[in-house]
Amino acid sequence: METARAKWMWVLASLLILVWTVFPILWIVMLSFKQPGEIGNQKGFLPHHWTWDNYRTVFKTDLFTSALINSIGISVIATVIGVVFATLVAYAIARLEFPGKKAILSFALAIAMFPVVSLVGPLFDLWRDVGLYDTWPGLVIPYISFALPLAIWTLSAFFREIPWEMEQAAQVDGATTWQAFRKVIVPLAAPGVFTAAILTFFFCWNDFVFGISLTSSDSARPVPAALAFFTGASEFQQPTTAICAAAVVVTVPIVVIVLAFQRRIVAGLTSGAVKG
Amino acid sequence: MAAITMKNIVKRYGDGFPAVNEVSLDVRDGEFMILVGPSGCGKSTLLRMIVGLEDITAGEMRIGEEVVNRIAPRQRNLSMVFQNYALYPHLTVFENIAFPLRLAKVPGEEVDRRVRETAELLELTEHLHRKPANLSGGQRQRVAMGRAIIRQANAFLFDEPLSNLDAKLRGQMRTEISRLQRRLGVTTVYVTHDQTEAMTLGDRVAVLRKGVLQQVGSPRELYEEPVNLFVAGFIGSPSMNFLPASVDGRVLDTPLGRFEIGDERKAAAVEGRDVVLVGVRPEHFEDASLVSAEKRARGSVVRARVDVTEWLGNELYAYVPYEAPDDVAAQLRDLSRELDSDQLRTQAVVALDASSQITPGDEAELWIDTSKIHIFDPASGGNLTRDEARVAELAQVAERAREAQRRAQRPGEGAGDAADLAGGEGAPGTPAGEEGAATAGATES
Repeated sequence: METARAKWMWVLASLLILVWTVFPILWIVMLSFKQPGEIGNQKGFLPHHWTWDNYRTVFKTDLFTSALINSIGISVIATVIGVVFATLVAYAIARLEFPGKKAILSFALAIAMFPVVSLVGPLFDLWRDVGLYDTWPGLVIPYISFALPLAIWTLSAFFREIPWEMEQAAQVDGATTWQAFRKVIVPLAAPGVFTAAILTFFFCWNDFVFGISLTSSDSARPVPAALAFFTGASEFQQPTTAICAAAVVVTVPIVVIVLAFQRRIVAGLTSGAVKG
Repeated sequence: MAAITMKNIVKRYGDGFPAVNEVSLDVRDGEFMILVGPSGCGKSTLLRMIVGLEDITAGEMRIGEEVVNRIAPRQRNLSMVFQNYALYPHLTVFENIAFPLRLAKVPGEEVDRRVRETAELLELTEHLHRKPANLSGGQRQRVAMGRAIIRQANAFLFDEPLSNLDAKLRGQMRTEISRLQRRLGVTTVYVTHDQTEAMTLGDRVAVLRKGVLQQVGSPRELYEEPVNLFVAGFIGSPSMNFLPASVDGRVLDTPLGRFEIGDERKAAAVEGRDVVLVGVRPEHFEDASLVSAEKRARGSVVRARVDVTEWLGNELYAYVPYEAPDDVAAQLRDLSRELDSDQLRTQAVVALDASSQITPGDEAELWIDTSKIHIFDPASGGNLTRDEARVAELAQVAERAREAQRRAQRPGEGAGDAADLAGGEGAPGTPAGEEGAATAGATES
């Protein structure tokens, strides 16, 4: 009896959380299928007339398509560079003894805590002077520096989990430090690397503050910032439905990534490495 | 293949504590050397210094002719089996075994051939495509061995390789390792805290205590002619009994009773001393009623109260508590603690014939084979009655046994093969050496 009740409690709790999290998303999806004129005039959660018009509008707008390309490009570049860096740093922190190790870790933590907004002003001025304003590198650089701490912390936790012996065995077997790292440590840390990559990608993909303040044109403006510049199909319409459609479009890649790598993130590759 | 020579090796950690102190040890070419000692004695550290995973604070380490103090592990051409096997979980058994060859950039066909040969030898053929996670403990152990023997390493190093297996499997793997080592004839250093492994596997055994080498010798030498209290207590199970005794001419007065020293040499050793520690192995006691009159004359009989008995079928252990002076009792307790067994009371463990009728609580007549006793200096712990002539004799016996065993394990008449294998250059990638190993493997299967 007790277990059955407990089970129901769990189901109920899960349902509540599910509704709580899914409802806003569903709402946006519904809005994106409504006709622009419907909002504010007709009540109801479901659209009265389902329409793909908003999506057509969104993809016809140069503003959005270029922003999408910017977002993808900038996020991917920042993720790749950031994760490669973070992997090397985290490995050093987890494995090597060197002076200033603590300092690096606390510094990374400090950066993670730093209020991003306070940096926007100085960066804006600096970027304009050095010519990085409104360019891809102008966004990639701050993204990397703010995503690194999290990635380093996640990865060094993963590296610490991998038994030292793995690496020592590789060295005895004739591997250089680099070979041991590449052939043994990285494959074992793959779930960690994926986790770090996904977290970094999300951070870049979702960023709004840098996106809106360090860009001024289509050449670098990412999607979250671009949404704010949306107008409707005509200037007499509210752009709400189009913005919702755009929001759905940018959410899709995130969902796809999570579903695709879910198994890799969860898979405990190290099981069986060492007799427990 | 090569000899390993250690000269005054010291390992000091950051806090100045010497984990290994002034150890000098020669492991001869092709020899099976065991490093043994209680936990924390520095045996694993020493092994890791040989392989290069620990820096050497002072001293000189040679493998063959080369000083390797500053050479990276990968350039020492040694192979090692770790305590937890350290298999690569993301690779199949095949790739695990092939790993050293892949690093040495051996061509694919040859890798395939050699992995299959090794797998055959270790009965892993049907598991080659599985991942380590799906294997049993014994199979993982064999994969680790396969990875070690696949290349022509100068020496094999084992770090307590059997401690993760259950008792039955451990016995099987022990004989397997012994056979493999004798057949391949590769210099081997094997770390263990297990007595049985130490006694059965090694050509010679090195006993370490707190980083200091105590004694190196054949298992038989360690058992019969230990240099000090520590080695005497460590080797043998149940361990040797140490009885405090006051010396009265040729007579030793122990808590179990008085008995006379029969041997002239031993009598001379105690001359001029007041107090000594007498070491008697449990099996050198016997139930006096079961000892023939003739044999009885060779030893002495004492009367003692038996506290507890344990009947094991093949023999009977009797526990005989005794009173000892406080300082000696404290010393014995320290010793037993150091030997990883925390003996609370001073008692003698006596192994008697299983047919003995002695019951707990009785006064029993026990016969002691006084020709087998050792006498130790209580202050220094040194063995006063070690027989150097006997030691030399035992060393010769061990040497002959080793040769015989080696011949027996080589394939066929195999003198030629064996010579090829032993005499080959042994360097990785030398065709001659590999060819030799291949023929040896083929002849066997």
